[in-house]
Amino acid sequence: MNDEVLIIGGRTFSNRLFTGTGKFADNRLIAGMLASSGSQMITVALRRVDLSAGGDNILDHIPKTVTLLPNTSGARTAGEAVRIARIAREAGCGDFIKIEVITDTKYLMPDNYETLQATEILAKEGFVVLPYVLPDLPLAKRLENAGAAAVMPLGAPIGSNRGLETASLIALLVENCHVPVVVDAGIGRPSHAAAAMEMGADAVLVNTAIATAQDPVAMGRAFSLAVAAGRMAFLAHMAETSALARASSPLTGFLNAVENECHSTRP
Amino acid sequence: MRVTINGKSEQVPAGTIEQLVRQRGLKPEALVVEHNQRIVRQAQWAQVRLQEGDILELLRFVGGG
Repeated sequence: MNDEVLIIGGRTFSNRLFTGTGKFADNRLIAGMLASSGSQMITVALRRVDLSAGGDNILDHIPKTVTLLPNTSGARTAGEAVRIARIAREAGCGDFIKIEVITDTKYLMPDNYETLQATEILAKEGFVVLPYVLPDLPLAKRLENAGAAAVMPLGAPIGSNRGLETASLIALLVENCHVPVVVDAGIGRPSHAAAAMEMGADAVLVNTAIATAQDPVAMGRAFSLAVAAGRMAFLAHMAETSALARASSPLTGFLNAVENECHSTRP
Repeated sequence: MRVTINGKSEQVPAGTIEQLVRQRGLKPEALVVEHNQRIVRQAQWAQVRLQEGDILELLRFVGGG
């Protein structure tokens, strides 16, 4: 089956599973996970150096062929997100930026208003902006008009592994957005990822569910297969559902049928 | 001389960013330096002399989703 490649910010992605580097018990697992899953885009975060400790360089575990998607986590305002984005770009991590502005510490809900403002500024500065948002169609259209390269609606709160709780709202984005829709946050199982792709999402971003699995390398592969299966199902146009049973085998020509017998009375 | 490093006021000897990085034993390849809200690329670290009251942010990429 032919699939068009996904293009974001002028880069092509043949693999529609995007991944994250957070929460791995050992960062050396990241390279194995990238190899097993084939993921071509991965998130990283920017933090102050702990002056009392040395520390591992996360970028050493990510092959150069994988697109880095620095996030603006820790930002509480558009201004802070813009500052983090500029630092990430200056640090040589490319033009991609995941805007994540969070003011709510309990549910970690993204602040759509601040996120829109940051998108407007950063898109004008030539960033490839992927805003992480609550699925809100009018907002998604505003992000599109502001120059976002994609929109990333959440399925459920970050790290909750609860799946596509916002499915009906994400469906509106899938139906109406011209930029790619990447379902981010809350995807806890490969079946959730497959469901998002069956709905027509262009990609999914999975971090916690892979990183905190007992075997993150195998789980990366499982998610990759699920994403590919879901995508293929979407392109194949799924059959309709029905309230009543519809026999899969023909209801005529039974071996022991008497001519003119009514099929419905057959035991 | 006092400068602010990562939000903390600290006494440092006079010198450049490069010297400070070396004194602190930080790995340069993983380090991002913001000096008075301006990013200083590694190639320029040896040219930027610290001044009293400077504000430095020493950052690095870490795991995140």
